[in-house]
Amino acid sequence: MCTVCGCGQGETRIEGDHEHEHRHDDGTVHSHAHHHDGEHAHTHSHGVPQAPGGFSYAPRHPHHGHEHAHAPGLAPGRMVQIEQDILAKNNGYASANRRQWKARGLFAINLVSSPGSGKTTLLVESIKRLAGRHPLAVIEGDQQTSNDAERIRATGAQAIQVNTGKGCHLDAHMVGHAFERLDLKEGGLLLIENVGNLVCPAEFDLGEAHKVVILSVTEGEDKPLKYPNMFAASDLMLLTKVDLLPHLTFDVAKCLEYARRVNPKIEVMQVSAKSGEGMDGWLAWLEKGVASAKN
Amino acid sequence: MSLAEGVLQIIEDHASKSGFARVKTVWLEIGALSGVETEAMRFCFDAVTRGSVAEGAVLEIVAVPGTAWCMQCGATVPVAERYDPCPRCGGYQLQVQDGTEMRVKELEVE
Repeated sequence: MCTVCGCGQGETRIEGDHEHEHRHDDGTVHSHAHHHDGEHAHTHSHGVPQAPGGFSYAPRHPHHGHEHAHAPGLAPGRMVQIEQDILAKNNGYASANRRQWKARGLFAINLVSSPGSGKTTLLVESIKRLAGRHPLAVIEGDQQTSNDAERIRATGAQAIQVNTGKGCHLDAHMVGHAFERLDLKEGGLLLIENVGNLVCPAEFDLGEAHKVVILSVTEGEDKPLKYPNMFAASDLMLLTKVDLLPHLTFDVAKCLEYARRVNPKIEVMQVSAKSGEGMDGWLAWLEKGVASAKN
Repeated sequence: MSLAEGVLQIIEDHASKSGFARVKTVWLEIGALSGVETEAMRFCFDAVTRGSVAEGAVLEIVAVPGTAWCMQCGATVPVAERYDPCPRCGGYQLQVQDGTEMRVKELEVE
């Protein structure tokens, strides 16, 4: 099992793999899908920094302000101070990804949304319009199937599918392994399409430069209030399918107001992959990111 | 569920490092503005710790209230949710300061 987050309970698969157990430098043992490429050469080095905050022993615990409820008559146990973030492991892998991508001058973004917001359609259209101007690769996250990676590959771009099995989000560890399979040249664009879910992906840093949240106008305009953590974690919101607005009662102004309540700094663009509206602005945003990431 | 497994993994790491066989109590600090639903955490914690060193451990959740910096008031103000307005001026120019924690604070072990 991938013990970074427990996600998928060993069901995480990267395309073209079989199950394999291995041990990381930090002692983490887990099994995950593993790639055969002629011979069984398989090295992992993550160099994940230890989580901050060591631990110490204290026989009693006068140092913290909350009550310890011991069962009467039972001797209190030994206290072990932990002070460790639950996501420390994931954050360590995310930092390793971020360092690696920065060293290669890659611009990485993490696209998050509900299922059905049109992430893949938007990506396909964006890749077509970028027309090979930058080296580009896509990591696709879904619970099952490689349909999305196939849709991306149909454009001629390289893509790899990660199936999270029972997991509801991509984590930095699986993304790091998926990235190893890609051959992305320096100065390129790495597009990570997360599992369709507006809850958990907000908490899992993958090492990206920005989270981009996609909200389609066929959803409710109050989604930023319903799923505030995701909108707070994102730097850009793409309001998609705006070609459908004439047929809907979606209140754009209200939606933007809700998004800015949750995140006063969020940038917003209105786009339609179908009509092409707003695509130039979105692509210019990507190009700017690619240019700034280059060393 | 993933977060509960993250908690268990931190516990197991420390169990192997510092040699304890059983965890009696686990203190978690969970911020009001974090993505953690405490009841769901309790349910998942019980499920994932079965058969582990933390089986049957009491989960004590220390709630950390949310606070934010209001740019208009120039003050730190309490907030219960991310989309709450500033309780002083009613504005939304808020930057969250506390309340996003998800930490394993300490363990009582034997």
